[in-house]
Amino acid sequence: MNPFRIGCGAGFQGDRIAPAADLADRGALDVLVFECLAERTIALAQKARLDDPDAGYDPLLERRLRATLPGCAKHGTKIITNMGAANPGAAAKKARAIVADLGLSLKVAMVTGDDVSDQIADFILDETKQPASTLGQRMVSANAYIGVSGIVEALAQGADIVICGRASDPALFLAPLVHHFGWAMDDYEKLGRGTLIGHLLECSAQITGGYFADPGVKDVPDLANIGFPLAEVTADGNAVVTKLANTGGIVTPATCTEQLLYEIHDPARYLQPDVVADFSQVTFEAIGKDRVAVRGATGQPPTGQLKVSVAYRDGWQGEGQISYMGSNARARADLARLILDQRLTASDIDERLGHLIGSEEETRLRYTARCTSAATARLIGEEVESLYLCGPAAGGGVSKSVREIIAIASTLMPSQRVQLRADILGVNHEAA
Amino acid sequence: MKLHELAHGRTGDKGDTSNISIIAYRAEDFDRLLAEISAERVAAYLNQPTSAVSRYVLPQLCAMNFVLKGALKGGVTRSLALDAHGKCLSSVLLEMSLTSDSA
Repeated sequence: MNPFRIGCGAGFQGDRIAPAADLADRGALDVLVFECLAERTIALAQKARLDDPDAGYDPLLERRLRATLPGCAKHGTKIITNMGAANPGAAAKKARAIVADLGLSLKVAMVTGDDVSDQIADFILDETKQPASTLGQRMVSANAYIGVSGIVEALAQGADIVICGRASDPALFLAPLVHHFGWAMDDYEKLGRGTLIGHLLECSAQITGGYFADPGVKDVPDLANIGFPLAEVTADGNAVVTKLANTGGIVTPATCTEQLLYEIHDPARYLQPDVVADFSQVTFEAIGKDRVAVRGATGQPPTGQLKVSVAYRDGWQGEGQISYMGSNARARADLARLILDQRLTASDIDERLGHLIGSEEETRLRYTARCTSAATARLIGEEVESLYLCGPAAGGGVSKSVREIIAIASTLMPSQRVQLRADILGVNHEAA
Repeated sequence: MKLHELAHGRTGDKGDTSNISIIAYRAEDFDRLLAEISAERVAAYLNQPTSAVSRYVLPQLCAMNFVLKGALKGGVTRSLALDAHGKCLSSVLLEMSLTSDSA
């Protein structure tokens, strides 16, 4: 059996699109995964959905699909993504319209059930030690990190494009491996190995030389044209991680080791919805240029609990910055900071931070505060801006911003409470 | 000698917890790093309580993983820091001086 070829086309919402298009066009992939959800992304998407029922999915979904679908269609590559965010139904509907517009005939599926906001009320949040219901109207969203079952079901129904919301990042990669190789859901060694492949690939260029270069110490060739990764996976769950020829970047045991431990706590117990993966005995071997053999992961049964992220409104952050250059620059910036400490006396400033960035010759003051009200948060930038006329000599280049703070708390929910479903659009379900 | 000369690393964040990998470039340096770069030393260097820092060792990769609980001032959603993720922390740690110079 030929190795199964799985690639990563995005490692976060704002990731580059050109390397994904290249991977789709030249990678001859079986599956291309786009991982686009960070902890807060789904809450921001939920806010967007409240304003517009057709919004709430990844704003780059259309650009990503239009750039990669021609290549994917050419090779029969399936697409799996969490770009559905807070609204997988609307995202799937959009995807189907794009497929039709490109003259393609592809089945689009959506996976739902991760939204547990209607059953979260009595769960105690780790951070506050209070039930979620105490957040009241401040709660924006509550989503469980789901495992592979919904995605596997969608693939079994013949989906070419699977769109979900909150799933564990490695599950986006593990699911097609489970489907393709027919791995049993109690074969924890295989599930651990598939989880490792997902973990290594899910941050796109972070394994091909991105987030790695240190000039003169760890040099990366042609970083400007960095390629995204793919894995050639065999039925035993081991793999070779590589990238396309004629792309920038490197794949070496060093890049793989850094990514292995990225966002990992105990390497022997990486908690996932379908398995507790064990990376403690993993090895990497360079077997060719930009080709690394990955072996040795295993796993144990899952805990039976899913992590749930609860997002809630937690006040406002205001910020302003101003620059001083030339003679006595640092002293003038420091004087500006002291002036702001005196002028900004609103009682709903919960925490503030004023600090100087740069050198003696060019100093930038950054002044930011977390406030209960948006009005006070706006005042932070306004007072920085007014330093033009009412502050030290020769301040310039003011910038200011205000953002609502969406905080995240977490809890655990028994897996059986989270009911997933997979629907092919236009077959057994019409997305609302 | 700085740690930066013998090792590389990467920082990740989950909520208010940061983790920093330290990976020896050469296998022959790993025992020395293991002896010198204890969880206690990392905690002191990064101004964290000793009890908040754990170390995991992967000898076959010449790698250590330090996990720092509560190190991110509330994490990326609440921290007022410019680098709210703490992405810079690995490079900060690599500035640590090694105590004994090998011959």
